Amino acid sequence: MGKADSNHVPKHGKKKRPNEAWKTFKRVFKTPSAKLGGVLMAIIIFCAVFAPLIAPYDPYTMDLTDLFATPTLKHLFGTDAMGRDVFSRVLYGAKYSLALGLFTAFIGTMLGVVLGSLAGYFGGIVETIIMRFCDIWGAIPGMLLNIVISACLGTGFFNTILAMSIGTFPGGARMTRGQILAERSKEYLEAAESINASKTSIMFKHLLPNVISPTIVSTTMAIGGNITAAAGLSYLGLGIQPPTPEWGALLSDGTTYINSYPHLLLYPGLVIGITVLAINLMGDGVRDAMDPKLRD
Amino acid sequence: MWRYVVKRLLWMIVVLLGVAFIIFTIMYLTPGDPAEMLLGTQATEAEKAAKRAILGVDQPYLVQLGNYFYQTFIKFDLGTSWIYETPVVQQMAERLPRTVFMNLASMIITIIIGFPMGIMAARNQGKWQDYGVIGLSIVLISMPGFWVALMFVLLFSVQLGWLPSSGIGGIQYYILPVITGSLAGIAGNSRQARSAMLEVIRADFVTTARAKGQDENTIVMKHILPNAMMPMITMLGGSLTHIVAGSAITERIFSIPGIGLYMLNGISYRDYPIIRGCTLFFAAFAAVCTLLTDLCYAWLDPRIKAQYQSGKRG
Amino acid sequence: MSTENNSFLSVKNIVVEYTSGGDIIHAVNDVSFDLEKGESLGLVGETGAGKTTIAKTILRILPDPPAKMIGGEVYMNGVNLTTLPEDDMRKRRGNDIAMIFQDPMTALNPLMTVGDQIVEGIQLHNKNLSRKEAEEEACKMLEMVGIARRRFVEYPHQFSGGMKQRVVIAMALACNPSLILADEPTTALDVTIQAQVLELIKDLQKKYQTSMIMITHDLGIVAETCERVAVIYAGEIVEMGTVRDVFKNPSHPYTIGLFNSLPNMVEDNARLTPIDGMPPNPAKLPKGCKFNPRCKYATDACRNKEIPVTELTPGHVCKCCNLNRGDK
Repeated sequence: MGKADSNHVPKHGKKKRPNEAWKTFKRVFKTPSAKLGGVLMAIIIFCAVFAPLIAPYDPYTMDLTDLFATPTLKHLFGTDAMGRDVFSRVLYGAKYSLALGLFTAFIGTMLGVVLGSLAGYFGGIVETIIMRFCDIWGAIPGMLLNIVISACLGTGFFNTILAMSIGTFPGGARMTRGQILAERSKEYLEAAESINASKTSIMFKHLLPNVISPTIVSTTMAIGGNITAAAGLSYLGLGIQPPTPEWGALLSDGTTYINSYPHLLLYPGLVIGITVLAINLMGDGVRDAMDPKLRD
Repeated sequence: MWRYVVKRLLWMIVVLLGVAFIIFTIMYLTPGDPAEMLLGTQATEAEKAAKRAILGVDQPYLVQLGNYFYQTFIKFDLGTSWIYETPVVQQMAERLPRTVFMNLASMIITIIIGFPMGIMAARNQGKWQDYGVIGLSIVLISMPGFWVALMFVLLFSVQLGWLPSSGIGGIQYYILPVITGSLAGIAGNSRQARSAMLEVIRADFVTTARAKGQDENTIVMKHILPNAMMPMITMLGGSLTHIVAGSAITERIFSIPGIGLYMLNGISYRDYPIIRGCTLFFAAFAAVCTLLTDLCYAWLDPRIKAQYQSGKRG
Repeated sequence: MSTENNSFLSVKNIVVEYTSGGDIIHAVNDVSFDLEKGESLGLVGETGAGKTTIAKTILRILPDPPAKMIGGEVYMNGVNLTTLPEDDMRKRRGNDIAMIFQDPMTALNPLMTVGDQIVEGIQLHNKNLSRKEAEEEACKMLEMVGIARRRFVEYPHQFSGGMKQRVVIAMALACNPSLILADEPTTALDVTIQAQVLELIKDLQKKYQTSMIMITHDLGIVAETCERVAVIYAGEIVEMGTVRDVFKNPSHPYTIGLFNSLPNMVEDNARLTPIDGMPPNPAKLPKGCKFNPRCKYATDACRNKEIPVTELTPGHVCKCCNLNRGDK
């Protein structure tokens, strides 16, 4: 009977640990759409990293004999107003756009997590001040705040990251505080307190893991939106400036010639769309894997 | 209930004061000399100093802030544009109908198309309608809104010549802006509606209704939908804010002289009164939308209504 | 199969499966039983044994997907409910067969007044009643379960758990059904309220000569409210008989285990004897007797063969091939 019994007893012990990451990974990429997103994302990241090796031309070299070339095998996405190869520019631009999306999502969420944790942990007046501040800050529609702040900070890569990060923290703060409040009212904390575990150790050991997964989920979900938002800023001339081949800047360049040379707009835009789609597909996978409550 | 409304209105005023303070402070801390922006680098130091005195930016922070608050919230005067030298309030009033019309039309479209799409998807969970809605919405969310708008211009104005690409005039000038402005909202709302419905479809009281012998359509209308409306309404506040925020770029793309475009113009000239006035307007617009959705929520849900009526919450 | 017997309710060989993430979960495996008019049958078993699924199968409100009725029939007064058109079945739900749900906290629509929720059922099955008359009827139902009629216009959140369960009962009884499926009606309630609610159900059942299937994991409740009892394990009936027979002479090792894990007032044991092991994973049921991994009498036959049903005394059946064990 021992044979049959062992099937029912969950295995404990060290063996389980290294599997955990692999299990999460498998859960994230369970659905076909998440797999598609993962594959697309792998290709895009590969292109971003190895752009200098893949790109057929230098992204900054102008060729005044070959302006506004329509897409051909020679120039996959055509050439722009200065004869630069758009495909190469898109390849080189990938790292800017991806980094923008990732950093802004991460910094913005972390800012929110820190503020939300402080509010949730201390409660009382600290909580009131932080949350009221977040309410007010959040009352300014996000994109407008990004526009205003980046107009004030000036253009460029780091200023754009800064502008977009501080424009988006209230969401993260509210989420973290909500999670902490929800977790704080649960019985396992009382149980932990009843065995005399200190408040700080409770916070770290018990609360943090419960706050971390929604944080990862919301960071992932924010990356895609932030890439399009950053492109929007560049389009308005506020984000990253030409000649840096950031994708929004490419679109901004292309808009001038929308009537005569639409390919300058079409391809970079499609690339942004596909990238964000890949991230969002993966984001849905991450959300389903890490936070079943948020599943839709 | 009225107590709650009054409380919320008072809080909204506090929020707007806060927004005004934040925007003012950001502007104040911005490096660079507004006078130089206006007069050009050729201007002499004396000229610039004179300009600074006229603009009032040479005074200490607190004086400037006090003046600004006095003008804005006591005299309801948003100041005079530095570059156009016209009163901001007057300019905004002139542009207001276009922006409000465009935003409201987009909001209504996101609701009347987005919600039914999500509801249909949830009722056909796992079937082609469901996958269609999921797929469409994730694609719409992923495409940069302004790029889609430009592509629409390319297709419907440049190629097909059906609709004007920019400017204002009759209703046809608003079709493209409103549609492109609502695409992301449609996607967001349909996703929200779908998940809200799925949450409720599995609820016990739906089984109860089924056990009573109620038919499926009535169950959806009477039990599932009203309960699913609750989270949908909550999310609506957020999606409306997005539409408001996106309207600035939409106005730029379609050259609609609304408040958003006014603000972007103000930004390119560092015209503080314009930026402050427009930001305040958008914040107020978003706050009113959020307030309305919250009131809807409180009005529809007896549990929350009861809390507000007994004054336990607010 | 024809309707050779004339029981009031006859459940024949029902099989229900759930699909969950690619796995097939065998929730109900070939369950059959009969129920007479006015009789009450207890379905006892652990959580996940398939008791609720049986009730939902009778009422045909299984969530499909993921659940699917694979085989079997349910007859009520000789009518095959399983093949009835959905419209006809709907007319019976709430009218002929009513269900009392486990969790009163979630079984009521939070956005409708309790009165409206009772009226909904009444109006569905009494089309000739005016709204006023239906409301009057609903008020009477509320009073019958001990709730003042002025609370008709209140919302579920204004009621306590026990009161909500009374509302659920009023709702179930509103159309005077001939069969009540009570799915753990007291599990979510305080002990003192439990007794009241059970008393209420029992009284109403006696008063209206209603048949009842009482689903519970509590043998005490069975003893209190039922005439017959069926013990369910892993989607099968392992033992069934009158309450007197089964309680006096429990024969299946699982049933015996259930009784041993109850505190005994007479013998004053210091320790309870729990059943070893865990209920089997319903996606990977063991071969042969489903209970064999936890059974100390298990033999090779138990692990490999299909177990026949043995009739011990008239009406007392047991699904075990080791009935002549030494300890009995």
